[in-house]
Amino acid sequence: MATHTPRRHGGVFDVLQEWITTVDHKKIGLMYIGYALIFLVVAGAEALLMRVQLAVPNNHFVSPQTFNRLFTMHGTTMVFFVGMPILFGFGNYLIPLMIGARDMAFPRLNAFSFWISAFGGFLLYFSYLAGSGLYGAGTAPDVGWFAYAPLTSRVFSPGHSTDYWTLSVLLSGVGSIGTALNIVATALTMRCRGMKLSRMPLLVWLYVVTSCIAFIAVSPLTAAQIMLVIDRYLGGHFFDTQAGGSAVLWMHFFWIFGHPEVYILVLPAFAFANEIIPVFSRKAIFGYPAMVAATVAIGFISMGVWAHHMFTVGLGPEANAFFTFSTMVIAVPTGIKIFNWLATMWGGSIRFATPMIFSIGFLFQFLIAGLTGVMLAASPFDWQLGNSYFVVAHFHYVLVGAILFMIFAAFYFWYPKITGRMMSETLGKWHFWLFVIGFHMTFDFMHVPGLLGMPRRIYTYEADRGWGGWNMIVSIGAIFQTAATLIFVYNLIRSYYKGEEAGPDPWDAWTLEWSTSSPPPSYNFAEIPTVHSRRPLWDLKHPDDPDTNYE
Amino acid sequence: MVGSMNSGMVERFFAGFDQQAGFEHGVRRLHATQMLATVFDPSSTNIFAPKGTPAQSILGLSVLVLGICAGIFLVVAGLLLYTIIRYRSRPGDENHEPAQIYGSNQVELSWTVIPILIIVALFLASARVIFVTQKIPKPATALDVVVIGHQFWWEYRYPKLGIVTANELHVPVSEPTHPTPTYLTMSSADTDHSFWVPRLAGKTDLIPNKVNTMWIDPEQAGLYLGQCAQYCGVQHAKMLIRVYADTPEQFSAWVAAQQHVALQVPSAAAGREVFLHNACVNCHTVSGTEAKGIFGPDLSHVASRATIASGSVPNTPENLRAFINNPSDIKPGVLMPAMHLNDRDLDAVTQYLSTLR
Repeated sequence: MATHTPRRHGGVFDVLQEWITTVDHKKIGLMYIGYALIFLVVAGAEALLMRVQLAVPNNHFVSPQTFNRLFTMHGTTMVFFVGMPILFGFGNYLIPLMIGARDMAFPRLNAFSFWISAFGGFLLYFSYLAGSGLYGAGTAPDVGWFAYAPLTSRVFSPGHSTDYWTLSVLLSGVGSIGTALNIVATALTMRCRGMKLSRMPLLVWLYVVTSCIAFIAVSPLTAAQIMLVIDRYLGGHFFDTQAGGSAVLWMHFFWIFGHPEVYILVLPAFAFANEIIPVFSRKAIFGYPAMVAATVAIGFISMGVWAHHMFTVGLGPEANAFFTFSTMVIAVPTGIKIFNWLATMWGGSIRFATPMIFSIGFLFQFLIAGLTGVMLAASPFDWQLGNSYFVVAHFHYVLVGAILFMIFAAFYFWYPKITGRMMSETLGKWHFWLFVIGFHMTFDFMHVPGLLGMPRRIYTYEADRGWGGWNMIVSIGAIFQTAATLIFVYNLIRSYYKGEEAGPDPWDAWTLEWSTSSPPPSYNFAEIPTVHSRRPLWDLKHPDDPDTNYE
Repeated sequence: MVGSMNSGMVERFFAGFDQQAGFEHGVRRLHATQMLATVFDPSSTNIFAPKGTPAQSILGLSVLVLGICAGIFLVVAGLLLYTIIRYRSRPGDENHEPAQIYGSNQVELSWTVIPILIIVALFLASARVIFVTQKIPKPATALDVVVIGHQFWWEYRYPKLGIVTANELHVPVSEPTHPTPTYLTMSSADTDHSFWVPRLAGKTDLIPNKVNTMWIDPEQAGLYLGQCAQYCGVQHAKMLIRVYADTPEQFSAWVAAQQHVALQVPSAAAGREVFLHNACVNCHTVSGTEAKGIFGPDLSHVASRATIASGSVPNTPENLRAFINNPSDIKPGVLMPAMHLNDRDLDAVTQYLSTLR
């Protein structure tokens, strides 16, 4: 079964038509991933420009206006047009394969969700051309990725740049809700024979929880965007402080989305770890029921922590105390996960292939990110650290150190399944080590200027503050990360043509996607499988000692 | 390279906390690490060098939280490292799988309960600092100041003293025996801002249509620096804060000077005419004249301030002249337009403003 997907070999137009009209979950998944990779490079370049500007005090590399657009576009792009689509892309590709299905529950909704999200991304960048509108008032949005009112009102943000931001985020939200709905429906209704919920791969469980969070969290964001459009064009005053509106209302709406969003992004990263760490430790995941329970607990608690982004807003001591507690509590289920991964490796036979070394990097870095999160949860500490570079370092530790590291691990792990060829291990290790060095130079040292009083979102800073040296190291680290990412992209392209043949199951893994050919045929499985345990391929490979005896 | 830098950094990081802000006096440098010291100056905005009660109690909590987190890190990272080394795959392992262990309720329970206990302890410690900072009664000896955030400068009003000033806040030092804290009542005229002077207290946001309060009580005379910590528009970066903690005598003298109309120097009469007959008066107030604008900083005593443009540049006649000529040269994005004055008027108005002490 080493054949490729049957494909009409026509001209470019035929290929284009095939991809544009496809409803195949694998093709849609790949389009999500490809689209996200393009935006990853764009938003990464934006970060690089910012790091050049901040390397030394009183720099004039970019103007304040340009800098403000850069951090707005970087944040918005990374969250909505890199993080969400890349994770939805892997989910789309893997979930039907892992539950023994031939496609998602709603293939057309799937295609619609992708295209509407993709349109959102293009709309955001079209603002560089069209944002000035009739006012000549600037191009791309410059209101920051959380776009606090009243900076977004027409008084402070004339022209159309904010409208491009609003509409692109709104469209991305519609797509996210569609895909979330699809994932939940697929996992609940499309599982193969024998796959009870208690046998569903953890990856699928975590995607279900992520999707449920997305329903609840993305809706208020979408509502808030509509309210903002009403404010700007239909004379509404929800957030218009000059007419009695409330700036704090926007913060609540935004963060009741914004904090669960962190878990929407991090749970898929955990999901990858749940699949990769056992395979390379050669052991079953430790405490499957506890892992599911911890994930569901994170899902619920994540809905009650949003105002920890607002400790300096003046909510009063009682609210500050409540949100301090709820935020700290989330460390408990998160800690359970780290300990379970540790216990999975304990007593195993750990193989340091590229997917595993990225996962190990993830474990250490996520530990640190979690601990700085506990520091920020202590609200008085947050009165100092909130909106400083310490916070920027903290959430990049989560987004890069944890999530991006697991995304890289997922690429190296599933690339052979997707293309039928292995990625180069040598290039993979170069990628890993350069990225680790760059990551730690940038984000370890970035905590320090925050402790020394450097607020975020400033385009330059005074020379007498003692921040210069730290920022220089941070900027140099960005160069290493850029080089590593270029190696990764080269590896992706090179391996497609020159990679070693992978075969259906190169990692000796245990879940259903490894039972079909690489790449899988468009129908996934010639015959829908039947499973008897959480690790169907383990049972096949060890008929003498199957998991069914223990579960 | 990194290693050697590191020791220098740590040294500078912990040294010189008590040093005054090196802004005006230059910074003492260690001879051996002169190059590094230039790069890694001790910071004048270090949260680990508190000089007021709120910042001090936050530091106390921070040390506790940092200590506990460091402990957790050492234990968990140590376990991870041990596991990775101890259970690495060895030659010959390819042929058989290790023993499969599916979980253990006792173990799961222990690593659920222990974190819960740690969390409760951290929460109680945090709650104590929240309430002692945000819920203590205001002493009768407190000074009241109203702080209004503007794009991109600070307005300070002393309602009981009849003083209005901008960008440079003067407050009395607060002695432990005779506490004279300053209570800031804060709001914004336009977008969100945040008042952050790390060595005195945590930050508090200034939000239009909302009134927030915070208090500071510097224990030592001197200058404390900070800046706006909530993105507020183009020139968020140059919305700097300077808090002067004055001795009682200095503070009384400052109050007395601010309460009087600045002396009218005859040689500045021409500049005064230029000022009063141009658009300056639409936005700026100079007490004792018809200039009563409120959109820009009050200039009644502008010459008494050490800086202009919200701390961007020292208040020298050259800087003042350049700023009036084209404010965007010094502070791009500033809301003050270029005044298009000819050289003679520019000199005259600069001279006039320099007399407003």
